[in-house]
Amino acid sequence: MILTGNHAVSYGVKAARAEVVAAYPITPQTQIIEKLAELIAKGEMNARYIRVESEHSAMTACISAEACGARTFTATSSHGLAYMSEMVFWAGLGRFPVTMAVVTRTLAPPWSIWNEHTDILAQRDSGWVMMMCESAQEAYDTAIQAFRIAEDERVLQPVMYGLDAFSLSHTAENVDLLDQGIVDGYLPGLDPSKLPVYIDPDRPITFGNLLGPDRMMEFRHLIKEAFDRAKRVIDEAAAEYSKIAGRPQTGLFENYRCSDAEVVVVATGASSGDVKDAVDSLRDKGLRAGMIRLKTIRPFPGEEIREAIGGVKVVAAVDRDYSFGFGGILGRELSAYLSGNVFRYIAGLGGRDLTVGDFEGIINDALQRAEGGKGNAGEVWWGLKEVE
Amino acid sequence: MKAKAAISKASEGASGLTGMWRIKRPVMDEGKCNKCLMCWLYCPEAAIVRGKDGRLWITYEYCKGCGICAEVCPTKVIKMVKEV
Repeated sequence: MILTGNHAVSYGVKAARAEVVAAYPITPQTQIIEKLAELIAKGEMNARYIRVESEHSAMTACISAEACGARTFTATSSHGLAYMSEMVFWAGLGRFPVTMAVVTRTLAPPWSIWNEHTDILAQRDSGWVMMMCESAQEAYDTAIQAFRIAEDERVLQPVMYGLDAFSLSHTAENVDLLDQGIVDGYLPGLDPSKLPVYIDPDRPITFGNLLGPDRMMEFRHLIKEAFDRAKRVIDEAAAEYSKIAGRPQTGLFENYRCSDAEVVVVATGASSGDVKDAVDSLRDKGLRAGMIRLKTIRPFPGEEIREAIGGVKVVAAVDRDYSFGFGGILGRELSAYLSGNVFRYIAGLGGRDLTVGDFEGIINDALQRAEGGKGNAGEVWWGLKEVE
Repeated sequence: MKAKAAISKASEGASGLTGMWRIKRPVMDEGKCNKCLMCWLYCPEAAIVRGKDGRLWITYEYCKGCGICAEVCPTKVIKMVKEV
């Protein structure tokens, strides 16, 4: 089926038999929830669609539906996600296994609808498992796997996954859809009795009430342990899905031609295909390049990446996001695991195009810096122009 | 079974001994109380208990000392007295 990244998510959510969708439209995400509304209205999908007046209410409705035992989905982007943020933390810290697609978009001002990852990364401490998709196919596959990861008894945390605005959300490609019976086998119905918070009128409980300083740390630690276990669950979910789909899947990260690499690019999202093309092109010219594509950002697979590329001399981390006063978020986080050889690049902010040539340039620049003994001090804003 | 999230079951004092928060305590002059139940109805913490014999009393373990009972009492028999 020819689908945009957005519609691939909708069909994945349909295949996962989500029971409640509560959402508010925002560019460039709107297609996801429009398609779901259409599928529900036509009777092709058996779910309740809750129309709300804001993203804050959308997440509140999702949390409430999940607490009543329904498999729940929403989608948003940039300002919608920022507005939703309070309830994003409620879902994560309250352990409601909702899933959400986030079409990554630059936060204003100045006003922008184009791609950047700062919106999703700003939610990184909210107790959600976080992933980034590379293609429309992976968006479909991830929409299904996200429920499996979220609802796994070892995890029981919500999962959000990002799609780059336009380059993935609005780009159509051929997507293989799985037969419903196969998805049903992979993803059984949600058992409400396993939920950390299940509101059953026959057994009344209160959730969200005051907890004093004498007990709070222990409940935070339960979530920490869930994230420790999530790494394995994510890899298992990917491995089993690759069996049923007959296509390889990425769990924590993808190791692309890194085994003998002298230089490795670490990046995430829809530009990863361009990075791989750059790697292939440089390999044709005799340079042993490789790529680590971060699929999962929380839990951050730092130790696993160190194991894969710890011995590589030059690592170039490319961030399409920025934390003012700190740097590119993923490059900085990676630096905490790799000793002294991460060259950090900030590129493609505000939706500026990134090409195969840019990534070849970044790889060559990192190699030159390493040879020049410049070390990893500072960061490079790739392709920065003068402000008039 | 170990808890997976912080929830509380409906029970007396599920939120702890909130009476420790009190700065002023409501003191009821029982002899003058006409049992209209306004305080019992308005108390946000259900800290005013209605006995079988119609008697009313305040459970100071949970009363936060908000003073709503004294405010709504039509016969003014509840006084807010500073805790020492």
